[in-house]
Amino acid sequence: MTHHETPASETASRPAVAGGALRPAVILGGNRIPFARANTAYAEAGNQEMLTATLDGLVARFGLQGERIGQVTAGAVLKHPRNFNLTREAVLGSALSAATPAADVQVACATGMEALGTLANKIRLGQLDSAIGGGVDSISDAPVSLSDGARRVLLQLNTAKTTKDRLRALAQLRPGQLVPEPAGAGEPRTGMSMGEHQALTTHKWGITRQAQDELAAASHRNLGAAYAAGYMDDLVTPFHGLARDNNLRPDSTPEKLAGLKPAFGRQLGDQATMTAANSTPLTDGASAVLLSSEEWAAERGLPVLAEFVDMENAAVDFVDGHEGLLMAPAYAVPRLLARHGLTLDDLDFVEIHEAFAGTVLSTLAAWEDEEYCRERLGLPGALGSVDRARLNVHGSSLAAGHPFAATGGRIVALLAKMLHEKGEGSLGLISVCAAGGQGIVALLRGR
Amino acid sequence: MTDRYGTFVASPLGRRLTGALGLPQPVELRRHTPGDPVLPGSVLVLGATRAAEDARTLLASWGLEVADAPREGARHAAIVACFDGVATPADLGAVALEIGGALRSLGSSSRVVTVFEDPEAATDPALRAARQGVTGLTRSIAHEMRRGGTANGLVLGEGVPLTAPGAAGALAFLLSGRAAYVSGQFVPVATADGAVPADAARPLAGKVAVVTGAARGIGAAIVRTLARDGAVVVGVDVPAAGETLAKVVNEVGGTALALDITAPDAGARILEHCRTRHGRMDAVVHNAGITRDRMLANMDAARWDSVLAVNTTAQLAMNEAFLAEDARDVAGQGLRIVGLASISGIAGNRGQTNYAASKAGVIGLTAASAPVLAARGGTINAVAPGFIETEMTAKIPLATREVGRRLNALQQGGLPQDVAETVAWLASDAAGGTNGATLRVCGQSKLGA
Repeated sequence: MTHHETPASETASRPAVAGGALRPAVILGGNRIPFARANTAYAEAGNQEMLTATLDGLVARFGLQGERIGQVTAGAVLKHPRNFNLTREAVLGSALSAATPAADVQVACATGMEALGTLANKIRLGQLDSAIGGGVDSISDAPVSLSDGARRVLLQLNTAKTTKDRLRALAQLRPGQLVPEPAGAGEPRTGMSMGEHQALTTHKWGITRQAQDELAAASHRNLGAAYAAGYMDDLVTPFHGLARDNNLRPDSTPEKLAGLKPAFGRQLGDQATMTAANSTPLTDGASAVLLSSEEWAAERGLPVLAEFVDMENAAVDFVDGHEGLLMAPAYAVPRLLARHGLTLDDLDFVEIHEAFAGTVLSTLAAWEDEEYCRERLGLPGALGSVDRARLNVHGSSLAAGHPFAATGGRIVALLAKMLHEKGEGSLGLISVCAAGGQGIVALLRGR
Repeated sequence: MTDRYGTFVASPLGRRLTGALGLPQPVELRRHTPGDPVLPGSVLVLGATRAAEDARTLLASWGLEVADAPREGARHAAIVACFDGVATPADLGAVALEIGGALRSLGSSSRVVTVFEDPEAATDPALRAARQGVTGLTRSIAHEMRRGGTANGLVLGEGVPLTAPGAAGALAFLLSGRAAYVSGQFVPVATADGAVPADAARPLAGKVAVVTGAARGIGAAIVRTLARDGAVVVGVDVPAAGETLAKVVNEVGGTALALDITAPDAGARILEHCRTRHGRMDAVVHNAGITRDRMLANMDAARWDSVLAVNTTAQLAMNEAFLAEDARDVAGQGLRIVGLASISGIAGNRGQTNYAASKAGVIGLTAASAPVLAARGGTINAVAPGFIETEMTAKIPLATREVGRRLNALQQGGLPQDVAETVAWLASDAAGGTNGATLRVCGQSKLGA
């Protein structure tokens, strides 16, 4: 077989997928709508409306009207069957060109991270020059299913041809079948809610009520300060009368949170430490982030904030009780850092999604624990400590709220801006846990 | 926001009734849609002067039929009456009476444009009396115009011919549907600067224009009009207005910039946005403004200070940033600045001491900034709207609102579109000869006239 030599210049101009070199995927900015507590400001807005508005805000900020973006990937954890093409429908309803392809993805609370990570990879391979990744979730407009029994009756009714057949189908309906099934009522295999799972983890790591309340209050104060300083002006576009996340309490203090009753930890009696304030509230909202190649950005005079360097997915077996439901990122981060020869000290910023204050603190404790790192993570010793001054410096999910699929986009856009201001070469880590014992982490580098 | 009375007058019964009772009879005005010719009919050019000759040439070059005298049974769309060269008041009568003889031949939404030389450039009392006389004549004709017609004056500076780009542009503007709500006003063309846009249908093609307060009302209308005229628009408004700003910007294909114009770095941030995204900044429209009405006896410091800060001080600060040396790479030659003033700043208004002070301030800063802009080949002008049908004026109590609407020669309120058209013209090279001026878009309002 003859080997055909390709001139270096020709190879260099080919996309990586066709034999050329990999190129960076860069983050240009993002847009999200303010997050609203469930059944408040966005009670009447559905997933599609929120995602479309988020895309339109991004379009307006970057002048992308009528532009064919390479691909838009987003998702929603709580999704109506009629929204099977949610992202594509949102694109069609937005000011982007209708020739923009779209895809839906779902990894629970890490949906946004999966969307952005895979899009970044496509850009690096040269399959896409531009992309928008994000997510949306509405608890207010949550889908409600019929019980299986009621569903079977309705399907039979649908195929019944004679009145006799229809009556026979209806006769099978029992009153109990008419009670709808709410979505997302807990982990299917354990029957426990996420809060109850985390309560066990929080207890195992001995995380104090004080530490959790301090983290929660700091989250609110830091996000409040960011809004007050105008830091969020190019990250958030108002929606339905909200200009800021309405869960935010900028003057929060641990003292104010100390009086709350525990919300999770039924099995723990008076050792339960997780409250409504140090757990994220049920929230509605959406986010989107603009990614591209460097050439695409330069052609349009758009400033580059950061590079999406790498991502790592992880999963843990939480069913048999050997690992905490939300501990998967603890496994993912060392693998990611090892690939790049980095330690926790090399990171300028660390963004850990505050599913619960206990999640963040358990993860940090795990990385500091010699035995855990050796036995569970296969590391030679403790991974290290995260400098608390670099952690969630502008607040995170406890303050902003957490519409499941929207959190990844929220954090990526915020961190990209932070790294850009920190300077070229600065490094940021994102860690997002997810239902089902999963997690996705990512590494960003400032430009 | 609907002018119900105007709609009623347009009906056959309404017309008869209001006519019989001697009530105001507003007419629907001819407004500009892209592709329209400057005028829907022929033009009568009166006077045997240099300007008249230039006018005939210009109008013919725009594809219009030109006549020297009213034709029997024919309607004209406009009269251009040239008073250049008048030396004494006695010289006015000839052309004035010719205008009188032609008024009945005018169709609806017609135009009268008087062309004369700047009275203030005349030191001789008789000469000045003659030139200034044309202003009184023009204003009175404006009051006498029927069926939505307007009368305005074009004031030529020393040695500026009507064929100069800025003068020709002003003539085209005043004759067109763009100037539907401008009446009894005088457009000064002091220099031969400016340029005829390459594409008459898109006079702002290739230009980048910044509009503050772009999310709603007159600001949104300005965004749409500038974009229609071919500009790439940067819409600026406070972050809280981001949702509506995004909608307006997405309609026209520009970019949205959320910032508070009272922030000290507002000008720098606007420049940086234009520098990185568009590489240039050709026009700035200072439209953002607030009202905090209260009788002076009950006024407090917060209400007073905020209005002055947003409406005037912010404009001064932003202009300083735009005109600084280090902004030359973006806001280079030919920067055109248009500020929104108000009739309130000219005539004053009960409960608006702060607003009137701020808007009079805009008129003042415009006049004083003119030499700076002129030195770098640009212009700065202001637009003073009269009663415009907006969300804001819709909230005025009915009786006051009706009076406000009718207290002008056109007997109706103007539309945000009317203000936007004048702003768009001033932002274009076709208005290059006009600098430091404040143009009222008021339908010849009796307030402060």
